[in-house]
Amino acid sequence: MSSTPKHETNLRLSEHRFFQGFEGPLVGLLQKEAVERTYAPGELLVREGDPADKFVLVFEGKVALEIATPGKPHLMIETIGAGDALGWSWLFPPQHWRLDGRALKTTRALVLDAPRVRAILDAHPTEGYAFVLRLLPVIAERLENTRVQLLDIYGA
Amino acid sequence: MTAFARPEEISHHPLGPTPYVVRRRTIETPDTSTLVLTPAKGALPPTSLPGQFNMVYLYGVGEAAISIAGDPLGPNELVHTIRAAGKVTNALAALEPGSTVGIRGPYGTGWPLVEAAGHDVVIVAGGLGLPPLRGVLRELFTHRERYGRIEIIYGARSPKDLVYYGELQGWRSRPDIRFQTTVDAAGREWYGDVGLVTARIPDTRFDPAHTVAFLCGPEIMMKLTAQVLEARGIRDDAIWVSLERNMKCAIGICGHCQFGPDFVCRDGPVFPYRDVRRLFGVREV
Repeated sequence: MSSTPKHETNLRLSEHRFFQGFEGPLVGLLQKEAVERTYAPGELLVREGDPADKFVLVFEGKVALEIATPGKPHLMIETIGAGDALGWSWLFPPQHWRLDGRALKTTRALVLDAPRVRAILDAHPTEGYAFVLRLLPVIAERLENTRVQLLDIYGA
Repeated sequence: MTAFARPEEISHHPLGPTPYVVRRRTIETPDTSTLVLTPAKGALPPTSLPGQFNMVYLYGVGEAAISIAGDPLGPNELVHTIRAAGKVTNALAALEPGSTVGIRGPYGTGWPLVEAAGHDVVIVAGGLGLPPLRGVLRELFTHRERYGRIEIIYGARSPKDLVYYGELQGWRSRPDIRFQTTVDAAGREWYGDVGLVTARIPDTRFDPAHTVAFLCGPEIMMKLTAQVLEARGIRDDAIWVSLERNMKCAIGICGHCQFGPDFVCRDGPVFPYRDVRRLFGVREV
């Protein structure tokens, strides 16, 4: 993994799909906390069970979300890519990752320190609420997709 | 004792099958095979449109509606990709070269390639929804200059359930289209996408006002995909779906395949989404 120090990244949160159309100073405040990181193929961005201490926004590449089952190979349950946010475990207690996030391709992302993001959201509750409303559809879509996948629609 | 008609004697009846011989069989997945057929008497198979189907009859076993999966511009062969899912299809999918089957058809409507000319084309196939679109892909690739952007999304249960695996490699490497493959779940040997076909749509690029979409797969997949494509601005009469029902006569008489006011065998299987969307929400249709 390589890192680009804060303030030196060319990646802009405002250009990420998650923040499209987001108004107010919040994005600027978060941008100051953002560190650009590049992950090599095979590298773990997050690991199941570890503290969920970062908010990751993918700008380029592909990340596999995997579940580790004792005694069985890892199962890849979803892939995310440019324009996607990686997980929400960092926002809600107990703030531990529930799955692995592994780069399938070279992946560039902006990574924000989760405690700092939560503190900024707490300090700006109106925008913090708008932020959560941005995140909820991501959660809802993944839940709906998971439900359809459970139907095993191609298996019948 | 019942005297069965010999295969070569049956074809005189308008509903009688014409004998075809299995020339090649390719095992696509553990439960799916592709059969290449030619007429037993050496005649040319009738012309068909991508999206149409044949009734494939295995003498003494039964008959099943199977989409035509061949190249309408290719050699004079019939190609059917068959998943073993019941008595007839189990037997058909296991046929060896040299076996004889009966063919009635082609039947039904095809994909509206004329309407697609000059437009961007979005194709979304799920599971065994790819074979009915294979002829469309061949047409798009052969006459690439007639179409705008081409976006193809193919979803399957797992990597081992992908059909036409060899061809997929070639399609995915074409620089003049985008071909995305996604599966419901995979191990670490898979480097493609994992997730629903709808999750791949945000990555597609097309001009919604000048796009035609062809969807084929499980109905819930087509319904969800159509909703996402509509949200991206494609009109519901520019989205086409292929329905699958229990077809028996294939000529709109018996009623086995009735879907609301339509018979899928005669009025479909390819319909504009506008005409069938209401029925997608009706239970037990």
